[in-house]
Amino acid sequence: MAANLPEQVGKEAVLVKGWWRANKWLLLRRTSQLLVIVIFLTGPLLGEGYWIAKGNLTSSLTFDILPLTDPYVLLQSFFAGHEIISQALIGAVIVTVFYFLVGGRVFCSWVCPVNVVTDAADGLRRKYKIKGGARFSRDLRYWILAMTLIVAAVTGSIVWEFINPVSILHRSIIFGFGYAGLVILAIFLFDLLLSRQGWCGHLCPVGAFYSLLGRISLVRVSAPNRESCDDCMDCFMVCPEKQVIKPALKGADKGIGPVITDMNCTNCGRCIDVCAKDVFKFSNRFNNDTLLNESKKEEVAP
Amino acid sequence: MLKHQLSRRRFIVDTARAASGVALLGVGLGLYTKEAKSLPAYALRPPGVENEDDFLAACIRCGLCVRDCPYDILKLSELAEPVALGTPYFEARKIPCEMCEDIPCVVACPTGALDKELTNIDDARMGLAVIVDQETCLNYLGLRCDVCHRICPLINEAITLEPRHNQRSGKHTIFIPVVHSDKCTGCGKCERGCVLEEAAIKVLPLKLAKGELGHHYRLGWEEKEKAGKSLVTPDKEHKYNLPEGLKYEHEGEGLMKDSR
Ligand code: SF4
Ligand code: SF4
Ligand code: SF4
Ligand code: SF4
Ligand code: SF4
Repeated sequence: MAANLPEQVGKEAVLVKGWWRANKWLLLRRTSQLLVIVIFLTGPLLGEGYWIAKGNLTSSLTFDILPLTDPYVLLQSFFAGHEIISQALIGAVIVTVFYFLVGGRVFCSWVCPVNVVTDAADGLRRKYKIKGGARFSRDLRYWILAMTLIVAAVTGSIVWEFINPVSILHRSIIFGFGYAGLVILAIFLFDLLLSRQGWCGHLCPVGAFYSLLGRISLVRVSAPNRESCDDCMDCFMVCPEKQVIKPALKGADKGIGPVITDMNCTNCGRCIDVCAKDVFKFSNRFNNDTLLNESKKEEVAP
Repeated sequence: MLKHQLSRRRFIVDTARAASGVALLGVGLGLYTKEAKSLPAYALRPPGVENEDDFLAACIRCGLCVRDCPYDILKLSELAEPVALGTPYFEARKIPCEMCEDIPCVVACPTGALDKELTNIDDARMGLAVIVDQETCLNYLGLRCDVCHRICPLINEAITLEPRHNQRSGKHTIFIPVVHSDKCTGCGKCERGCVLEEAAIKVLPLKLAKGELGHHYRLGWEEKEKAGKSLVTPDKEHKYNLPEGLKYEHEGEGLMKDSR
């Protein structure tokens, strides 16, 4: 079967699997992203006594007991010359361990509010067939990541926080919006008109940092059912990091296992949703046997 | 040229391009930060901030201090405000710090941007109160307003009233409010309380409000006290350069006319 049209992506999956199964992970993800905002707002909106989490994405305290701190911002603070104290360190260790297990860029697809904006831009690009735009290396984000640390060291300030759209958006929703809309609009238009997945897929150092955290994470998406793939290309079309799919999906001949091991897979699960053939599922890093992939195992096992 | 040579060349060009682009961005960001670092005089930091540079290396802009301040005086700076984006501050004239005894803002701060060593709120130095306008301060005009003095949590320590002769009326006393930097915490209550349209007493960042003696300066009277005697010519023998007809009486009279 030939590739589906971009604006038709996911339609086939809805027909075959029903609306819920064709949108499950997307919906769960949006719910998670919404909750990450709502838990910070119960206090201010409902009043004292209804606090769930205080602070914001850079550091928070949940139910007055669970401290979480963004390890990236703490690293920048360290580079800027500030001595890290245990209160922040504990929170950063918890966050690090969590993403080390579930996949670093789970932060992007399940937590970061900017992801909603860039996903929307990407969706509109497909829908209105907006093509082209600037092309640059996806590795640029790692250069920017390094730059943010160097400039922090040189200036002695946490420099990226002056312009970081991730914290600007999250903080603004929780503490007052101001002009934050402009920053978000800029990113939206950039992704929509100037470069496909330009921000999250190429530039954002926060995503780059978290991808490194999840380099060898446990939870991974896999394509155990890859021989059923009929090349509709829907997964490639929806994937924010489509370069990660090919080795796992098409690598059987080269002896590559079905697990998507690339650190930039965001574990968003959208490929699982849109695949009418149920090729993908959540799995783990070690379930990556090239010879016996799962569908065959099931046949062999009694 | 061979194909792999071409692709290698391309790789080098691409890398150089990425590196220089990002370096440029880095320089721009660095310069922007320099500008964004300057703090306007009305913006005061919460307790436990010694200097702005250290603070900007430490504060991760989480707002936990804001959340735990029981009087909601702190606010995180928003885009287009002239305070470093996302950092906490307050404005004394709008709402001053209540100087909580348990200092919840410092306790909440996860990074130590608000220094944990600050355990006694009287040691906080958020700024320093200064009578910025002697022409409108009612006490300076000879009235007994005294509001800044009475409202100060460290009344008679941070602000005292110093009596002076009222030259204008010739028979009254002016009570001048004098702020003492070794006690004033910069809480801002005096500025908030000032009854004028525009406060005559303002809390300014220490850097703006405080002078600093040359490090080699010695104050004679202090040195004298330390040493227990005058370290220069004894007062009695000292030759004062006085205008004609004046002399210096050492036994308590001070400067006086020669004829008397
Ligand atoms: S790449 Fe950056 S902006 Fe995009 S989702 Fe990840 S953290 Fe958010
Ligand atoms: S491979 Fe699938 S789970 Fe990973 S980023 Fe792409 S769509 Fe999301
Ligand atoms: S000392 Fe109290 S009133 Fe002042 S900033 Fe801290 S928590 Fe707020
Ligand atoms: S709690 Fe500390 S790190 Fe967080 S915003 Fe306040 S001063 Fe900054
Ligand atoms: S700021 Fe004003 S009220 Fe506060 S301690 Fe100083 S003099 Fe007193």
